[in-house]
Amino acid sequence: MTEHYDVLVVGAGPAGLATAQAAAGHGARVGVIDAQPRPGGQVWRHDVRQASPHAARHAFAALARVEWLARHSVVGAETQVLRVEHPDGVRLLGYGALVLATGARELMLPFPGWTLPGVSGAGGLQALAKQGWPVAGKRVLVSGTGPLLLAAAATLRAHGAHLLGIHEQAPTAAVHAFARQMLHWPARAVQAISLRTRLAGVAYRCGSFVRRANGDDRLQSVDIEGPDGAQQVECDLLATGYGLVPNVELAQLLGCALAAHDTHPHVQVDALSRTSVAGIHAAGELCGIGGLAAARIEGAIAGHMAAGDLTAASALLPARARARRFAGLLSTHFALDPRLRTLATPQTTICRCEDVTLGELGGYTDARDAKLATRCGMGACQGRICGSALAELGRFPRSGPRPPLFPARLATLAEASPPLSD
Amino acid sequence: MSGLVRLTVNGCAVEMPDGSSVAAAVATVTPHFRRSVRGESRAPLCGMGVCFECRLRIDGVAHQRACMIPARNGMQVQTDD
Ligand SMILES: Cc1cc2nc3c(=O)[nH]c(=O)nc-3n(C[C@H](O)[C@H](O)[C@H](O)COP(=O)(O)OP(=O)(O)OC[C@H]3O[C@@H](n4cnc5c(N)ncnc54)[C@H](O)[C@@H]3O)c2cc1C
Ligand code: FES
Repeated sequence: MTEHYDVLVVGAGPAGLATAQAAAGHGARVGVIDAQPRPGGQVWRHDVRQASPHAARHAFAALARVEWLARHSVVGAETQVLRVEHPDGVRLLGYGALVLATGARELMLPFPGWTLPGVSGAGGLQALAKQGWPVAGKRVLVSGTGPLLLAAAATLRAHGAHLLGIHEQAPTAAVHAFARQMLHWPARAVQAISLRTRLAGVAYRCGSFVRRANGDDRLQSVDIEGPDGAQQVECDLLATGYGLVPNVELAQLLGCALAAHDTHPHVQVDALSRTSVAGIHAAGELCGIGGLAAARIEGAIAGHMAAGDLTAASALLPARARARRFAGLLSTHFALDPRLRTLATPQTTICRCEDVTLGELGGYTDARDAKLATRCGMGACQGRICGSALAELGRFPRSGPRPPLFPARLATLAEASPPLSD
Repeated sequence: MSGLVRLTVNGCAVEMPDGSSVAAAVATVTPHFRRSVRGESRAPLCGMGVCFECRLRIDGVAHQRACMIPARNGMQVQTDD
């Protein structure tokens, strides 16, 4: 049986929550789906130790006026219907308008030792710490690029981690130029200063990156390359992330056009959140990495549009333009050092699901050929980690998704589709 | 803050703050979550349901993503050896 919503929202991060609030305000029947057990997405992820920020609590309150479907993963899409798996079974959810707010994941670059237990994403370890992962007293090194490193480090410190340092790959000049730009964005500058205050005493080294992680069956030390040469640092945990990749898979499955001029494609939308498919809107990180402010504004625009209020949506356009301009700064100032693309050796595992090394991918220039011959990208993550990494290494672009979007139970896939209406 | 949940990981009793994930509970017992195709030890990478490196067995059901599942009283969690 198919349940029907006027507006169906996928993702309960800042964008999806803002959508829900705006759409419900127009009296629409709204459903909000998220694979996670709690709302908040990445930035507002529930923290077992700290209360959520005020803006997050306010956004969560909007869920009281909609149907909140936690632990529901969208695994497939048919005409005007999503196939959704949850712990007790499968549901088919129909919609009048659909808003995609599926956010972003972290970009992981392969380097020798990156598969050792103890090595995780930077936002990844932040997320785990919020879930109660024991970091207190652990020696943690943070590396990668962008302001997310500071946010992750601040969370880790609040959870009692002993931070050994933050290694930012961008050179000092680029980071300083970014900091100067912040003067034009007072709210951002205040945020940045507060983060630095929470990280007082922690070394922040620019032009520095992790070249290798060492250990037998768990991390013991890392080799760091910096402006003053190489050094080895003993540590318990490495939190490393090279920016974010839009989660476009569901949009792609639905036939929405992607903007593919960057290494990692994002969903193409107009300023009013409309994708190339009528009745499908998109908001937040999947439309290009823009951060929290852009996600909230775009979510509200999408909610108004999905409920048919063009005037309310249009009123937010200037705010959207400003938030998106800030996002542009990130990609210019935190461009990746080309050396990072050469860290993996022929023996380095690239596809962690199927244990395929860089060497084994040798002669292939096309993702599909490589997949067929080596199983690279055919495992449980369906190439979300290795496909994005290979695109970043300049090997080949990530190939398109096939249903199910996540490994699903047979019963989920077998549930009969509804007959096509009219 | 809220209460505690009690579960077992590889037979060891673990107590976690309510709202913790199974992944967090496992990390208090062992750094190892699953064996890769070639037999390497693996542990969570993304913390957000994308990488599938945290897969393990919960109450007899294999291939569950530990970072996506809240720890509950009485759960029996088994890493893959
Ligand atoms: C690991 C990580 C940590 C971050 N930490 C910070 C931080 O501390 N501070 C900061 O300012 N920014 C942080 N960011 C940046 C973050 O992307 C934005 O701040 C903000 O969370 C984006 O909002 P969003 O609503 O666009 O997407 P998200 O917050 O990513 O929300 C998307 C939601 O969609 C759900 N979803 C996706 N696909 C499906 C599907 N098929 N079925 C069901 N549900 C689905 C996801 O579970 C998720 O909850 C982080 C990003 C990542 C990846
Ligand atoms: S840690 Fe990546 S899916 Fe759980």
